[in-house]
Amino acid sequence: MFSVIPGFRLSLGITLTYLGLIVLLPIAALILQAADVGFARYITIITSPRTLASFQITIGAAAVATVFNALYGLMLAWVLVRYEFPGRRFLDTLVDVPFALPTAVAGLALTALFAKNGWFGAPLEAWGIQVAYAPAGIVCAMAFTSIPFVVRTVQPVLEDLSADLEEAATTLGASELRVFCTVIMPAIFPAFLAGASLAFARSLGEFGAVVFIAGNQPFRTEIVALLTFIRLEEYDYAAAAAIAATMLGFAFLMLLTVNLIQAWHQRRAIRED
Amino acid sequence: MAEPGRRRVGDGAATRRVLLGTVLLITAFAVLAPLAVIFSQALSRGLAVYGQSLLRPDTLHAVWLTLFTALICVPVNVGFGIAAAWTVTKFTFPGRGLLLALIELPFSISPIVAGVAYLFVYGAQGLLGPVLQAYDIKIMFAVPGIVLASLFVTSPFVAREIIPLMMAQGREEEEAAVTLGASGWRILRTVTLPNVRFALLYGAALCNARVMGEFGAVSVVSGNIRGQTSTLPLQIELLYQDAQATAAFAAATILAAVALLTLVAKLIIERFDTERERLTASEAAPGSTSLRPGH
Repeated sequence: MFSVIPGFRLSLGITLTYLGLIVLLPIAALILQAADVGFARYITIITSPRTLASFQITIGAAAVATVFNALYGLMLAWVLVRYEFPGRRFLDTLVDVPFALPTAVAGLALTALFAKNGWFGAPLEAWGIQVAYAPAGIVCAMAFTSIPFVVRTVQPVLEDLSADLEEAATTLGASELRVFCTVIMPAIFPAFLAGASLAFARSLGEFGAVVFIAGNQPFRTEIVALLTFIRLEEYDYAAAAAIAATMLGFAFLMLLTVNLIQAWHQRRAIRED
Repeated sequence: MAEPGRRRVGDGAATRRVLLGTVLLITAFAVLAPLAVIFSQALSRGLAVYGQSLLRPDTLHAVWLTLFTALICVPVNVGFGIAAAWTVTKFTFPGRGLLLALIELPFSISPIVAGVAYLFVYGAQGLLGPVLQAYDIKIMFAVPGIVLASLFVTSPFVAREIIPLMMAQGREEEEAAVTLGASGWRILRTVTLPNVRFALLYGAALCNARVMGEFGAVSVVSGNIRGQTSTLPLQIELLYQDAQATAAFAAATILAAVALLTLVAKLIIERFDTERERLTASEAAPGSTSLRPGH
């Protein structure tokens, strides 16, 4: 501890005690409970057809939602940073709506929009496309709740990007597309990837928005988080512990990925300085 | 923002029009429509029905329970956020990086997993279950469980807003105050907190919005007993499953209004904050362009 400022022991004490009681104790309890299940039984639970199907649905839907948000988020960040237009500040604020709006409210709203007689549901019905109570609904709910991640990670990097390299490339005769792909994209790529990973991680764990719109049929529209909840309601605590611990493992993996990407990004930023 | 006199990639009229048009169109469908449909559905049967739906006793109880939870969680997490930020920004010590990661950990964990984890601590079959049962203390499927799970989910919000700012501001001002003989509390009150007051306010507003809207973790630990342990988001689900759509949307408008107010607060805070930044720009330390995490 190198500092003349007082209060280290008190503030560290408060921080560690609070984190220990509120965050670490429950996580440890979950891991203990899952360890109690035993390896053979854990494998049986995780590889049961219904659990596997729910993982497949969750990961698949999260992947599609993330691809949408990667493209939309990149365009949004670009428009917000590069263009001056009336309502820019309003658009910038709208980006935060999915974070501020409770997931249950989002789920309710999306269900109303995509219901058979809803604003989007009715025209889509005419085309024979069903979103509510179908896998596409899960994708919509996940996409909505994770809209801000890519925008908010790419935006500051895009703002700091200097015009010099771009101009040099243009002067040398590179096309706009070529400048974007070879000069701009490499510079924002780590931030872009970090944002997409965050969006993916959030989609994997999303619950509130999805349960309203998904219809929740096993093997078709049942996500992992919901299956955990159902196992709890059936008092099958071993299965709930096993599935929740697996989700926790996924969360740690995604956290590690994001941190590695950010470390890569910072190393690059230092090199460029 | 485009610098005047410099033409950059994507500044062409056609590119601009296509990109801007696409983004605005998607945003209208993906963000504005969900907001609008909540109010449209809530008011679809007239103002009188809307008012009646809001004043249902079970909805009112849910509002009260939600406010009560927020009233505990927001001050506690503001206190934690300040202590955590003070620890990791004013001191250098081994394990500081790990502590930073720990502070942000709840962001990465699915609310359902958080709820299940709490059940395995305080539930009948949990770590502390037998002890709690012996003393007849009820935490799960009761208000304390709701408060605890909400604390978990929202613990990083305040810390996350003020840590990057306090990191960028450095320690010089506090060190000067120490030399002048100020106590730790006095430094905190008169130097550190005033410097981060807008970030602190915004963190508290975000924390509040999230506490009031938390669904997954609370639905695991609350038991969802109508009129007893239903917070507003749970009440919305109960009403919706009962096919009382208008009442569900009416309850949803309360939370949507909280969300919109939070964003308005952000706009106002940002306006004041940029003014402060402009005023102190000349004295800002070089290299303080921290990666301020968006939101």
